[in-house]
Amino acid sequence: MKKEQVPQHGGLTAGCREINYAVDEDGRYSLELSVGWEAKNATLRLAWEAIVEQLHLVIAEVRAGQKSPLAYHMVKNQMDVQLLGQYSGFARWRVKRHLQPQVFKRLKPRVLAVYAELFRISMSELQQVPDQPDLRIEDMDTSGASL
Amino acid sequence: MTIDFHHRQSAHCESGVTANLLQHYGCNCSEALAFGIGSGLFFAYVPFVRLNFLPLTTFRTAPGSIFKKATKRLGIKVRQQRFSNPVTAEQRLDQLLAAGCPVGAQTGVFWLPYFPPAYRFHFNGHNLVVTGKEGDEYLISDPIFEQPVRCAATDLRQARFARGALAPKGRIYYIESMPAHSDLQRAIVAAIKDVCRVMLSTPVPMAGVRGIRFLARRLAGWPTRLGEKKTLQHLGHIVRMQEEIGTGGGGFRFIYAAFLQEAAALIDNEGLLPLSERCTASGDDWREFALLAARVCKGRADLGATIKDLAQRLEQSAAAEESLFRDLQQVISRSGQKGMIR
Repeated sequence: MKKEQVPQHGGLTAGCREINYAVDEDGRYSLELSVGWEAKNATLRLAWEAIVEQLHLVIAEVRAGQKSPLAYHMVKNQMDVQLLGQYSGFARWRVKRHLQPQVFKRLKPRVLAVYAELFRISMSELQQVPDQPDLRIEDMDTSGASL
Repeated sequence: MTIDFHHRQSAHCESGVTANLLQHYGCNCSEALAFGIGSGLFFAYVPFVRLNFLPLTTFRTAPGSIFKKATKRLGIKVRQQRFSNPVTAEQRLDQLLAAGCPVGAQTGVFWLPYFPPAYRFHFNGHNLVVTGKEGDEYLISDPIFEQPVRCAATDLRQARFARGALAPKGRIYYIESMPAHSDLQRAIVAAIKDVCRVMLSTPVPMAGVRGIRFLARRLAGWPTRLGEKKTLQHLGHIVRMQEEIGTGGGGFRFIYAAFLQEAAALIDNEGLLPLSERCTASGDDWREFALLAARVCKGRADLGATIKDLAQRLEQSAAAEESLFRDLQQVISRSGQKGMIR
């Protein structure tokens, strides 16, 4: 990569600049700052869009009484049953049970507290899901440009 | 307690941490040199290890190996510790800081509050240097950032004990003592030989040049095997693994090219300069691959037609890197002999 090719496409990096290695006219390497690159922004956005899409699905499932609100917070924190099990210390089969609405409703505060602390939300937040995913890609994008 | 630590921003976390730690102990070392001596360049496509539910593609060696290899080759005495108990882990960290020792730590990105929110995925191979503690806050030199940062003790504890793939288990590492003299030339020659070996002749088909070909074959089959939507996710994931998680594929080729350029002067071997240029060209190819893949993800290019092109590009990269490392092997073996005659 040549010095003048170092990309400066702002995006999801929230103004953080990173180092790129590039060569000058004489072929010598130097360290240049970059505010971002379109390829990176696009794929990063895609990954977040997939998460938001999943959140929409989970909200519908919770509303339909098929899953407990825990499922929403799990997806929001990019976890699956295995990872949530590791973080919470509960066995996988227990986490799976907690994803069932009727089981979740009867969980002891002690158990709920573990999840609430892990996700850094209050006990009441844990027991609800918002109407719309409370994760907005627009808030992460500081460039103002849509990709 | 605050250690007077000179923060330098770098392109990649672990080579940056290694270079900055070495510099703290009076060894003037650039990031590229640390990356090169630590034999950081690599490739592997490991479909059964999953990050964010998608297969692992890595363009670098396992977390910790750059620091380990670089310091070993320079004859530096280091120590590394893992913990099962977060409280002991924090006590040990505080103890080292109190003794004036900057401490390298492996962390999960998800829990680090100073990262831009869009970057916070469950990736556990991030490295940083803890340089002090003020009240309930740690002072951190995170080489990815322009300036030193601060991080609450609870957040750092979470990050050090992140779970999932590559779990850090509180891993810290630090320099115990520096050697009176280290043989830089020998270290460089050994490191280059090592990279050539892993890229050309790994016994597993998932790593090195064979790994690139393996990915090329798999990728060509994705649309039929996974369907369009999942293919796009997989493609996007490769690009993110390549260009974001620890800076990435194209980036790593450029850092290595910078290293070869620096090494040419240090071991007095002009033969490395054209190879540095070829390594740069290889980095450019990877970037073009990423750009094309990103276009497909954005829906600006047709998937069916482009996937063949992408697979072909990977095959070309594999061929180019194979010949690059074969020639590098030759050039460096000559340089080894020259050193012996002297």
